[in-house]
Amino acid sequence: MTGSVVVVGGGTAGMEAAGQLAKAGLSVTLIEKEKYLGGHLREWHHLFPDRRPGDEVLSYLKNQIIHNNIRLLTGEGVEGFQKRGNDFIINTRSGDVVKADAVLLTTGFDLFRSERKEEYGYGIYDNVITSSDLEEMFHSGEIMMKNGEKPEKIGIVHCVGSRDEKVGNLYCSKLCCVTAVKQAIELKEALNKCKVFCFYMDMRMGGALYEELYREAQEKYGITFIRGKVSEVGVNFSKRLVIKAEDTLAGRPLKMELDLLVLMAGMEMSAEGLKLAEAGKLEIGENRFFAASDNHFGSNKSNLKGLFYAGTCTAPMNITETISHARSAVSDIINYMNSDRK
Amino acid sequence: MQFDPFVIPFDLGLYFILIYAVTRSIIWFRELSRPDKLRLQRGFFGKAFGQSLKEIFLESLIHRKILKSNLRLGYMHMSLAFGWFLLILFGTIEADIFGEKHLNAPYKAIFFKFFNPDHGKTPFEAGYSFLMDLILAFILSGLVLAIIKRFSSKAVGMKKTTKLKTLDKIALTSLWLIFPSRLIAESLTSGAYGTGSFLTGTLGSWLASFLPASQMAYPFWWLYSLSLGTFFVLLPLTRYLHIPTELFLIFMRNSGIRTGDKAGSFSEVEVHSCSSCGLCIDTCQMNFSAGINNMQAAYLTKAIRNNTETFDIAQNCLMCGRCDQICPVGIELSPIRMIQRRTGDSEISYTNTWKGYFREKQHLPVKKQNIRNSFDFLPESNPGKADILYFAGCMTHLTPSIKIAMTSILNASGLSWSFIDEKGGACCGRPLMLAGQDKEARELINYNSQIIWKSGAHTLVTSCPICYKVFKESYYLDVEVLHHSQFIKNIIDDGSVKMNFLHKRVTYHTPCELGRSSGVYDEPREVLRHVANLETTDFDNENSLCCGGSLGNLMLSQENKRKIASCTAAELTRKNPDFLITACPLCKKTLAPVTKYKVIDLSEIVAESIVTPAVLKKNTYRFKKTVRESVGVEKS
Repeated sequence: MTGSVVVVGGGTAGMEAAGQLAKAGLSVTLIEKEKYLGGHLREWHHLFPDRRPGDEVLSYLKNQIIHNNIRLLTGEGVEGFQKRGNDFIINTRSGDVVKADAVLLTTGFDLFRSERKEEYGYGIYDNVITSSDLEEMFHSGEIMMKNGEKPEKIGIVHCVGSRDEKVGNLYCSKLCCVTAVKQAIELKEALNKCKVFCFYMDMRMGGALYEELYREAQEKYGITFIRGKVSEVGVNFSKRLVIKAEDTLAGRPLKMELDLLVLMAGMEMSAEGLKLAEAGKLEIGENRFFAASDNHFGSNKSNLKGLFYAGTCTAPMNITETISHARSAVSDIINYMNSDRK
Repeated sequence: MQFDPFVIPFDLGLYFILIYAVTRSIIWFRELSRPDKLRLQRGFFGKAFGQSLKEIFLESLIHRKILKSNLRLGYMHMSLAFGWFLLILFGTIEADIFGEKHLNAPYKAIFFKFFNPDHGKTPFEAGYSFLMDLILAFILSGLVLAIIKRFSSKAVGMKKTTKLKTLDKIALTSLWLIFPSRLIAESLTSGAYGTGSFLTGTLGSWLASFLPASQMAYPFWWLYSLSLGTFFVLLPLTRYLHIPTELFLIFMRNSGIRTGDKAGSFSEVEVHSCSSCGLCIDTCQMNFSAGINNMQAAYLTKAIRNNTETFDIAQNCLMCGRCDQICPVGIELSPIRMIQRRTGDSEISYTNTWKGYFREKQHLPVKKQNIRNSFDFLPESNPGKADILYFAGCMTHLTPSIKIAMTSILNASGLSWSFIDEKGGACCGRPLMLAGQDKEARELINYNSQIIWKSGAHTLVTSCPICYKVFKESYYLDVEVLHHSQFIKNIIDDGSVKMNFLHKRVTYHTPCELGRSSGVYDEPREVLRHVANLETTDFDNENSLCCGGSLGNLMLSQENKRKIASCTAAELTRKNPDFLITACPLCKKTLAPVTKYKVIDLSEIVAESIVTPAVLKKNTYRFKKTVRESVGVEKS
């Protein structure tokens, strides 16, 4: 099989798809704006639900793209693209022009900027961190407050920037619940004495083995789950965090002092993806992610023939789903090269 | 005696409207509260009378305010109002000088040409005819604009014009017919007698060249009289009631009467003074940012006049006050909306149109049950004795960076201060008030007042303009209420704090509750000039925009709020400032998510630039003395 494909974004979806396309005999150009491949996966210490190291999946993906058909362009952004007849012409930020028969966008997601929920005090109070910051702490093995002490009472806030009309995100980011459960367990393991409180709206444990993990968190690790959102965060005289929340099951307001507060930042369409959508007149949904041409059997297809999507640029997904989605994009692309394009 | 049956419709209409006007005025006067009656009496014999005459001339006839904001629309209103006035005035003089005798019945002036068809032969008469033709041409030019506006509002520089009800349409048609029928009637008569000036004369001789002018003229005189009569009779049922009512409004306002918080004669006069010009629709952000154009002030006054449902219209408003600012008639639109909100879901009794000449009192508030709220669950707040109290308010607690900035500013000032709601407190009451629930708000006001009294403070500083307004206007407190921008200005002026100049370019967003609602425009700007380069925008001071996050609107969807917020943020950041500064935590919270520019509160940039003094010098901040102190009561 011959033909050329440009894959934009070298995260999980991009790497998997590039590998599979190369194996099918297509020549692939993989463009990644960062210096290193791997995307958000590089930030994750352990993955749910089995808590395998993120590096294992990363090294699998790295093996995938060792192929002669793959040309790597790292540290290179995509400025825009045009479709001339059946060909795509991609302009990179440094001025290069790449021609391709098909394009696969795997631009991924951006983590919700938690500063936008100012009431949680991220960027204002030292000991308010995001799930991503905590993962970095797990990486370094040092879970501590700003003053170097070990936190004893830790709060986790679910749905930060998800299911929140005020920030304009009505959708569920799907992964934060299970991430919170995973991180709560890891916190408990790392800091024996600590108490962990999760503040949730609904526990969405829809994935394989999620519910089991949730049960374990309660039964084995004694993590407290409180149904109710945190309304505001402040500090007291000794600079300890004070949160206000409501326990909606007990039906009463609640005030709690905490050492560390972890915000489960949601997933948003990436800024790069939005730029491309605007430049290429690609349809986006109400949630600002790329809109697939069909919800059931065209989740990789766009409104532009020959341009495909894979991964979290279409909706929040976990690693398993992202890899499957990337493979299904590959099969769509192969079909396109074989029949539709001719 | 010159008489012809065709004048009867006009005469009937005229006498009807005169009698109606007198009766209605008496009813309105009787319904005024006693203080307002006294105000009106004092106004009648005082300066207010002269002022009103001047204002009536400038606004009701010339339409100066509309001219200022929209030249074409202003010309349209002016040519119709001022032109008609001139026509009547000079017509009466004409009838008096050239007519059969002095002091004629009104119809003689209106139908002068019919009774004196050969007038205009001598040069003096011809000159006068020329003047009358000029006035008629002036009116007709406005009429042409009005007709164009009805079918394409963009032609007069408006994006949107008001929709009409059936009676308005009939009245409008009769109004439109008045001047063309006069033109044709006069022209035909002039044509038959060879008189008339450049307009009626020219048109008349041309028409007479192929038409039997003298026979044709008579039906047009009938039409002229009929359209005048119809217009007068329908006037009280339509929006054209605004023409006579505005005169009352101007006089009442100049006498010092204000809308207040209950429906009454004055609010009714205001509602009837609305000419539905539609300027409030164009200035409304709900319209130009979110595309909602069925709830603007013109529609509210219309719904009140027509006794239709007002609940949704009254609630669906940001209460930003932009319409108050632009209304050429000067109707206090936001207070009227608040009256409608207080009445809530009132029962509306049906009245038929004919009864509409004298309406029953409508939209009476539904009696609420007497429920006492308790705030027992709130933590005991004991701020202790302090000179200055700081009330952060709910929104500032949700924007902790402002709270932190204010804490450092208050500490740097070296004054004795106390943080009332540091551990949380009760709401100031303004959101309930904006929802029309004054009684419930009063409970909160009492709760907060007690805390403030206990502290013995003489100054209360708030960070939130929403709190500021309610503390200032609805609390009966013997303390000076300051918004933090005012407080910061005071401590800069008296040298309590020193600031570094940050070389940043900033634009300032005036919060509605602070600006238009409370009149605090200059202090925040002066403070900003101390610390940064303040750039101007197209929407400064009175013309400021609403951020869209207003507490005043509980019906607007988040999506539409975002649309408004995005427009506002885009307008204010046209000059690529380093910071977009505001002085309201709610504005900050609304604007921050929709722009890539950094949105910060005034207090944050001040806290950033404050120079920490090596030695705290003695504080020289001069307080306004409280009543307690000035009468010698010890603070206890």
